[in-house]
Amino acid sequence: MSILQEVVAIVLFASGVLFMLVGSLGLLRLPDFFTRTHASGKVDSVGMMLCLGGLAVHEGPTLSGVKLLLVIAFVAVSSPVAAHALARAAVRSGLRPWRGAPDEGGPDR
Amino acid sequence: MRETSRSLVVVLAARGLAPVIQLFALYVVFHGHYSPGGGFQGGVLLAAAFVLVRLAGGYETGRHQITRRAGPLLGAAGVLLFAAVGAAAFLTGGNLLDHGRVPVPGFAPAELRSVMILVIEVGVAIAVAAVLTAIYDELLGSEDDD
Repeated sequence: MSILQEVVAIVLFASGVLFMLVGSLGLLRLPDFFTRTHASGKVDSVGMMLCLGGLAVHEGPTLSGVKLLLVIAFVAVSSPVAAHALARAAVRSGLRPWRGAPDEGGPDR
Repeated sequence: MRETSRSLVVVLAARGLAPVIQLFALYVVFHGHYSPGGGFQGGVLLAAAFVLVRLAGGYETGRHQITRRAGPLLGAAGVLLFAAVGAAAFLTGGNLLDHGRVPVPGFAPAELRSVMILVIEVGVAIAVAAVLTAIYDELLGSEDDD
């Protein structure tokens, strides 16, 4: 295994973990449902895809590597659609987005 | 029935994903001897594809795959297939599920056992897929009986 392949795999995996960390922080810290969905969508799609891409590069052009690419394609389609469906269902059932806390000068909810 | 509106994004994604999931489910069922997988896992994947189509397109689309009434019937049929294959062994003189002695011409005992395991896996897959879809339908409640 070449050193370049290993470096690319580590960089991809590390950036995926970074996305997951930021998304988890957003899930904890952001104020309402829509912003939290926005954060967790990053964990689901980008973080997962980068981690799987790092694993695929590490694996190289073997059967497992091709399977990992298929998983990436599946995640790329399914995860954003799931986030979209979740947010859309929330809007349609009447949930309004957060407009800023009233005591910080924002308009009312 | 509640007023619904279909999201184009969800419908298109389901339209693209459901056939892939079904194909992969068949792979998992029929490759279950040699790799992780088997009847239950393949059946769950098949049910996931059915439920995905029902979620995206509603029952009027999903009924073209498997109707509300077919769920319990196919579940019973899958269990019966399993039971019949098991009973075929001891009705012909062996132990339950020991198919080495079943008189099917052209098969060595080891081959026969392998093929019968595949039949059992297919029965399990049919039962699991049908029952999981039926559970989804029941949870949704009876809108219009079909």
